[in-house]
Amino acid sequence: MLEWLADAGNAKSLGLVIFFVTFCLIVLWVYGSKKRGARLEEHKHIPFLDDADDVKEDKHG
Amino acid sequence: MATGQSQVAVQYDYDIIKKFAVMSLVWAVVGMAVGVYIASQLAWPVLNFDIPYITFGRFRPVHTSAVIFGFGGSALFATSYYVVQRTCQTRLWAPGLATFTFWGWQAVIVLAALSYMMGFSQGREYAEMEWPIDLLILFVWVAYLAVFLGTLMNRKQPHIYVANWFYLAFILATALLHVFNNLAMPVGLFSMKSYSLFSGAQDAMTQWWYGHNAVGFFLTAAFLGMMYYFVPKQAGRPIYSYRLSIVHFWALSFMYMWVGTHHLHWTAIPDWTSTLGATFSIMLLLPSWGGMINGIMTLSGAWDKLRTDPIMRFMIVALSFYGMSTFEGPLMSLKDVNALSHYTDWTVGHVHSGALGWVAMISFGALYHMIPRLWNTQLYSERLVNVHFWLATIGVLLYITAMWISGISQGLMWRAFDEYGNLQYSFVESVAAMHPFYVMRAIGGAFFLSGMLVMAYNCYMTIRQGVRSARLAPAQTRAAVA
Repeated sequence: MLEWLADAGNAKSLGLVIFFVTFCLIVLWVYGSKKRGARLEEHKHIPFLDDADDVKEDKHG
Repeated sequence: MATGQSQVAVQYDYDIIKKFAVMSLVWAVVGMAVGVYIASQLAWPVLNFDIPYITFGRFRPVHTSAVIFGFGGSALFATSYYVVQRTCQTRLWAPGLATFTFWGWQAVIVLAALSYMMGFSQGREYAEMEWPIDLLILFVWVAYLAVFLGTLMNRKQPHIYVANWFYLAFILATALLHVFNNLAMPVGLFSMKSYSLFSGAQDAMTQWWYGHNAVGFFLTAAFLGMMYYFVPKQAGRPIYSYRLSIVHFWALSFMYMWVGTHHLHWTAIPDWTSTLGATFSIMLLLPSWGGMINGIMTLSGAWDKLRTDPIMRFMIVALSFYGMSTFEGPLMSLKDVNALSHYTDWTVGHVHSGALGWVAMISFGALYHMIPRLWNTQLYSERLVNVHFWLATIGVLLYITAMWISGISQGLMWRAFDEYGNLQYSFVESVAAMHPFYVMRAIGGAFFLSGMLVMAYNCYMTIRQGVRSARLAPAQTRAAVA
């Protein structure tokens, strides 16, 4: 196993697996929990926090 | 979680943003004027006037550098400094260093333009600057990264808003691309000339790894940062889906780095690199369209703004062009399509549907939103914004239609054989056939430039109005006190 990992010729396949798994984990993290999803969606209001006169509407849930 | 407290009391550093915003307008006018001139040279070669300094070959990088790095770059510096302060609710870190980025960046553009006209070029597309200018870019960019990161670290808001992720990815990726693409050995300490560290196919792959990622991170990711802040602000509604913006960001970041080799189909590079580039280009369609839909759907339930707000119209049309050019790009990256489209004007049309339709239009929208706020005034004329919008839209449509017809005709003429298996057309015949479309392209460019002049006038009057009312305000306060 360690030999396979140390072989530079396998770097492409290893890179592909690492990036793909990381990306899947990110998607899972983003969409995997309703509670976390609601918390993440809260951040969409940040651009409006420093403007007293800006309208804050959220019709998208 | 976003803190709900209002931070209106924070005094943002607007001086540096004002400088960059004004220079982005100046470079837009200069760069687009040069663009129209070189387009006219292609239609009427007499315009070269046998003056070496203004021939097409030397003027072309002046055009690309002025619009990409002068206009686009200055707009990105301006908006990123604006967005990072306002979403982090803090002032810019190291304002002196930020001032250095302004003067350094303007020096880069001026030196680059002068050196191209003098005939100095390292012949790498979108990176024609010779090594001393490359070093200056490096210093400016490191300073930019420091200012941006420092401001993020000083933030009052616990969460870093997604627009800043896109800006940061743009700054980091551009640094990486710039350094590796420009690894070169100068001929001498006092010589402008240098030679690339790479050679042959490796050199070509390095160039297009840089070239396409300059499109991916400089002309796409950074302007998406702009989009994720200014579209919600102008619409008065938060972005459609914050979660989608996160997936959009990571998908773009993972995929863009691999696609450069689609610029080198059917050349001496290894075939697998070509296939890899095409595969990732097709996959990129998903995040690109996810981002586009996220931006456009922000207007969901308020579509009337498209009718009533010309600034919003700029932004939504920009997103539509983003969607269109990110569909056309993967299509052109397919080897069979590329066999027809490569080296033809179709590529030029594709680049301009992205550059004019997406990059320039989203920047116009952002600048129209930001400039009145920077000078604490109202926009001088919304009617002129509307005039600008139609001039720009007609200009882009004329441009890309001309290039589609011209490009596909070129591709078909170059691969046409007669009954004996000889080429049916000589090269010069294909050039002559392109003439009407080159004229049409120059007219399209002139429309776009005239719209830009209208914008420059409108912004000048807005700024003048803001400066005058700022001057009057203290006098009125004094009079009221007296």
